[in-house]
Amino acid sequence: MSSTAMTALRSEEFTPPSPADFDLPAIGGGGNTFEFMGQQMQLGVTKPMLQIILVAALAFGFLFMAARKRAMVPGKLQFSGETAYGFVRNSMGRDIIGSQEFMRFVPYLVTVFFFILFNNLMASVPFIQFPTMGRAGMVYGLAGLSWVIYNAVGIKKHGFSGYMRLQCVPAGIKGPILLLLVPLEFMSNLVVRPITLALRLFANMFAGHLLLILFALGGEYLIVHGSLLVKPVGILAWVLFILVAFLELLVQFLQAYVFTLLNAMYISGALADEH
Amino acid sequence: MEGSLNMVGYGLAAIGPGVGIGLIFAAYISGVARQPEAQSRLQSIAILGFALAEALAIIGIALAFVL
Repeated sequence: MSSTAMTALRSEEFTPPSPADFDLPAIGGGGNTFEFMGQQMQLGVTKPMLQIILVAALAFGFLFMAARKRAMVPGKLQFSGETAYGFVRNSMGRDIIGSQEFMRFVPYLVTVFFFILFNNLMASVPFIQFPTMGRAGMVYGLAGLSWVIYNAVGIKKHGFSGYMRLQCVPAGIKGPILLLLVPLEFMSNLVVRPITLALRLFANMFAGHLLLILFALGGEYLIVHGSLLVKPVGILAWVLFILVAFLELLVQFLQAYVFTLLNAMYISGALADEH
Repeated sequence: MEGSLNMVGYGLAAIGPGVGIGLIFAAYISGVARQPEAQSRLQSIAILGFALAEALAIIGIALAFVL
């Protein structure tokens, strides 16, 4: 069924995948549309929304089940849960925020790490195969939360003016060069940070998924429509698809790690003592 | 086959961050090779530098789609 249906669906010309492939239709038929900031928006529940709820339940379930027994000799599940928790706690919390204050932030860091990791892994789970974080809106929420947290923590510790001085005035610099440096530091530490934090995760998930679509569709096109000599290249494209899928697993883990690590770094930067 | 010149421009723009990230991790690897016990310290510095260098590439990809 699939090959004839595919050729009927897709025209003879090869149509490369585009960002439009990420605009999934609302489940249960398209709802109403509305204008928002010059963009046509759909009203309705889409697949990534269901995924994010599923992931929240999965992450909670995994950590809850792993922590429930608390046996002296851990079983497999408890061991994997403890290892993962210890990894986040020690390498991101203790080593970066410092042993004085890190325990306050461990729950947040562990939550963020597992939430993002499970969301990213959804891109590789069969039959789901869509990165939740490939929709920019999901990531803006997480980055906004991180922005609020590190700023609130810093303002609470240093007071508003002290915190602004800490973030905007680099240590050990005096004189007119500050006129140049203060606006730059302000932009980099307080304005651009949440944007790059969000876009890093989004762009990696987006680009990885787009690459997988390209290999799958390109291989299919070469095998179905290519001449006899070109057909093996299509098979090569599918082999590459499998290899890139494994590379994506690595990227998915790495991005969850980097996001959590940067969160910890921003918090430790906001908590740093004045110079 | 259709395409946008933006993507060619983004490809050129990504060379800079690519070289930068390569240099950062080269320095990190040689640092760890010389002094393995410094790894946990170097790692966070390396990831911070990587994030700063990658920010340029990320701003590039955002602008490539937006402009």
